[in-house]
Amino acid sequence: MFYVTHNPYISEHSEKLLTSLILYLLDCRWSVHDDVILLWQDYVSDWTPEETVKRMQQGKVYSLEKFRSLQDKLLLLDEAVNAHDGNVITAVLIYLKKSLSKEILFRELITREIALRHYIHYLKEIGEQKLLLMQYRDHLNVRDENKRRDFLKNCLSFPFSPDDATHVQDHYTLLERQIIIEANDKQVESSGQADIFKKYPRKASILNMPIITTLYYSCFYHYGESDGTFSSPANIRKTFRISDKQFLLTCLGARAKLKAWFDVDALFTTKNWLGYTKKRSPIGFHRIVDILQKNNAPVQVLQDYVNLVEDVEQKISLAQKYKCHDVIINTYRDLKDRQQLIVYRGKVERSSSEYRKIEEILSNSVRLWGEVSPRYRSRICFPSSKLNLNH
Amino acid sequence: MRVLFKLVLLSQVGWQSFDHFMTACHGARPGVMVVFNLAAAVTMSAWCSETECVDCRLGLLSAPLMDLPQVTREVNGWAGVSLCSTSGPMAHSVRRDAPELPDFSLLKRLARDQLIYLLEQLPGRKDLFIEADLMSPLDRIANVTTLKQHDVDKLYKVEHKPIVSTSDQLCFLIRPRIKTVKWICDVVNADKAFGRFRRYKIIFSPQKFYACENLLEEQGIFGDVTTDEWSFYLLPLDDDIISLELPEFFRDYFLEGDQRWVRTAGSALHLLHSVYGPFSKVYGIGRCSKMAYESWREQVEEGEQRARQAEIGNVFLIDRDVDLVTPLCSQVVYEGLVDDIFRIKCGCVEFCPDVTSSDKSIKVMLNSQDKVFNEIRNEHFSQVFGFLSQKARNLQTAYDKRSGMDIKQMKTFVSEELKGLKQEHRLLSLHIGASESMMKKKTKQDFQELLKTEHSLLEGFEIRECISYIEEHINRQVSMVESMRLLCLLSLTENGLLPKDYRSLKNQFLQSYGIEHLLTFSNLKQLGLLVEQQPGETLTVMESRVGKLVNDKTAGKLTDAFSSLAKKSNFRALGRRLNLVPKSDEEYDLRVPRDMAYIFSGAYIPLSCKLIEQVLERDGWTGLEEVTRMLNGHEFAVTAGSNGSDARVKTDSQRIILVMFLGGCTFSEISALRFLGREKGLKFIVVTTAITNSARLLESMLDNHA
Repeated sequence: MFYVTHNPYISEHSEKLLTSLILYLLDCRWSVHDDVILLWQDYVSDWTPEETVKRMQQGKVYSLEKFRSLQDKLLLLDEAVNAHDGNVITAVLIYLKKSLSKEILFRELITREIALRHYIHYLKEIGEQKLLLMQYRDHLNVRDENKRRDFLKNCLSFPFSPDDATHVQDHYTLLERQIIIEANDKQVESSGQADIFKKYPRKASILNMPIITTLYYSCFYHYGESDGTFSSPANIRKTFRISDKQFLLTCLGARAKLKAWFDVDALFTTKNWLGYTKKRSPIGFHRIVDILQKNNAPVQVLQDYVNLVEDVEQKISLAQKYKCHDVIINTYRDLKDRQQLIVYRGKVERSSSEYRKIEEILSNSVRLWGEVSPRYRSRICFPSSKLNLNH
Repeated sequence: MRVLFKLVLLSQVGWQSFDHFMTACHGARPGVMVVFNLAAAVTMSAWCSETECVDCRLGLLSAPLMDLPQVTREVNGWAGVSLCSTSGPMAHSVRRDAPELPDFSLLKRLARDQLIYLLEQLPGRKDLFIEADLMSPLDRIANVTTLKQHDVDKLYKVEHKPIVSTSDQLCFLIRPRIKTVKWICDVVNADKAFGRFRRYKIIFSPQKFYACENLLEEQGIFGDVTTDEWSFYLLPLDDDIISLELPEFFRDYFLEGDQRWVRTAGSALHLLHSVYGPFSKVYGIGRCSKMAYESWREQVEEGEQRARQAEIGNVFLIDRDVDLVTPLCSQVVYEGLVDDIFRIKCGCVEFCPDVTSSDKSIKVMLNSQDKVFNEIRNEHFSQVFGFLSQKARNLQTAYDKRSGMDIKQMKTFVSEELKGLKQEHRLLSLHIGASESMMKKKTKQDFQELLKTEHSLLEGFEIRECISYIEEHINRQVSMVESMRLLCLLSLTENGLLPKDYRSLKNQFLQSYGIEHLLTFSNLKQLGLLVEQQPGETLTVMESRVGKLVNDKTAGKLTDAFSSLAKKSNFRALGRRLNLVPKSDEEYDLRVPRDMAYIFSGAYIPLSCKLIEQVLERDGWTGLEEVTRMLNGHEFAVTAGSNGSDARVKTDSQRIILVMFLGGCTFSEISALRFLGREKGLKFIVVTTAITNSARLLESMLDNHA
């Protein structure tokens, strides 16, 4: 206080102000003495942008008010950026936001990338930033589904990139559909009209679920509906351009869950122009077996698909994993691998039908066996000799 | 050398009472004293020179004053403990091949004392509100009892909801986040509207931001609330791991481009430098590293320099975005795997009931104190089972010793060995339980196939198959983060996805996991984790040149050839240059690893650790010009200039290297560095903004919650 009252350059009014300020500072800070004295000393000599930034970094008293011309403000900003201290950069930006018009500030920030990113992040944090995707993001804050749908509809007019625009359009269409399906199914379920809802009550609403979950739902509850209805799998597939592979996987999961093995079968069956049927799949049959097995498919169903696996070794290993005896026996028979059959005979129950089947094959005429086909010799002999060692 | 004694002294404390204690310490082992004030330092150094106690280290730290009885009690407590444990021989048995680590528990005490001081600034009973993610770090520093001793009445977690406290004084211990400060403003303004008078104090950790204070001002409560800073920069998680516990560092800096934590990193480094330095050499790579380094230098220049013997010689700073591939790989080293599956939080893991084979889950501290864990943490998971079963057999033998003992032997056995054995038994069964549970989880989700895909991506082999594997992963709606992880790995290793693949995979991803992930994709793109190859960016020049020479038809074919050329990414080039991906046809013995690749089953040497190895070997970046060019530069190697007089100490400290990861590091990387340390006779101390893994890293990119 001594210094203050003895300074001739200060008017009485500002003297009072300064005194109260210093008193205040002394009140709320515990080690303020140096600062206060410095504040006083610098009251007459201005701080350069560099000094100001340094003081801000050190948490000392500073003042931004005297940076009034645009040039001074920008010098200060550039100095803050040079100091690599995000905290100070943001502090300067807050001051510029208060003291510059939006247009001018943005015009200057365009050429200052680091400062711009700080500014955008700050605005984002205080909830003022409304960039394109952020506006779309706001739909997450809308709880009511009808309002959310309307919000998304509103988003459709935003200038997204063509790709993103498609996705936002999809999002809107999806929610629109889900609202219709949800209303309908809720009503059907509570009225108790459809067996499927009684047998498998819905665990959750379909609102706001992803497209694939919606498709799964539709394959589960609305299988076999005509293409025209919004809830039919075919319609969803078409509307959202779902790939064959994706459609098959989802559908397979849903039908297998319901143990509708006939539907599963139909998924893979194709007819050629002569009327012959053939099973085809856009993904490997070993994967199909996996999925079926995870849904607890019985051996009778599984083995049909194990049989369709092309790679012989993979087929045998899958068959062994899931105990499809017939597939194994038949495969060895077709490979004419007597050795493996004998080994396998040791692994099945003596009284079982599999045992009898192996016996039958083995006792068949020797002519049937002949030489092991050279194509498979190398492949089969190695594991079989290894197995013998184990015995 | 192991640091045994730490003293916190005040000039007011009676010195005579320490004299006999000091003599005892000195006679037993060399120690370190930390003195909290100048007068004390002078007295101490006088004492040391009188008694020629050269091994006592004196440091001067500015820390707030504490209440006197507390200090005396603590010092006495210490004296008791220490004197009991000094039965060992004179400890100069420092092994030449591996210098001992400095003692970092001092950092905890510093933080604790400052916190207590800050709490005392609001005298009287008060309720304390703690930011959710500060709770675990706080727990490592000061337990509830300590807080209660300093007039903390009730403890609450910050939940951004209206509060129910009846206390007249509220203290908030928070991170400097706008959202939390906004909540406090709401609390205070609600009180005001209600006509209720309370005193409020906000303690920001590790520092406050102007943006937060500005918010207080805007909301009209500046002045009603006092603010303070708890400079709790560094939390030692283990002997060789120190964390800043700032997981948001990664997103804030690398995604948002906000440099708010740069100075924090510099200050953390400054703290380490002033306690364990002076550093003699600083290496680094990355823009953020460079800025943090400069910030630290500035702070060094601002403060005063003291000549001291260094405990840490060299420092290596590295930005996380120098190597984003490594944290995205599945971890297969025990500690990393535990982190991936159970999530280690602040050095502590919660094992669920199927691990503990009881009906409760148990919280377990995972660090070098756990003797069983300490032996397996760095091992490849395939080796762990064998080790544990061997250990179990040994334990059985030790138990079996009981049979055929007479009463006296039995008595010694029970009093000396049994407790240790029991403890080991408990830990052993926990880790066996954890291994089994992890095994189960991993076999369920076809872990082998997943690893195979990852390795193919790293090797750049059968990329088409990898893409269809990822596609199927997405189609089956298996874990969203895993799908994203694989997509990012694909993009990083292939230097971006072909536009056609990018569109198709993005489309399927959005279909499977929700369209709002548009935001996630935009973030991933911004950060460069998942990008589209820019068609023609690298081709146009070559193409147009060649196009002039040949007719159109051949030019078409050439374009195909070039696009395969363009796919050769920086990662591939770096991989070749630094030999990151060992040849896959060689057998790799995981039991006796030959290089750091063992942490990824011999498939890949982490780029981050390889860089560290190379730079230390070359003592700089010479010869690595091409590598740094591919990594976007910003490398540096500076001699900080220390002239330690004691040659022995100097060389020892030279072999202690502090590696600071800006943006987080994984347990696998720490394991790799430990391996490197053992190979080269070095000791690494890892300082990281947070421990990370693929899930944490990718979850920080999500924007899809309201």
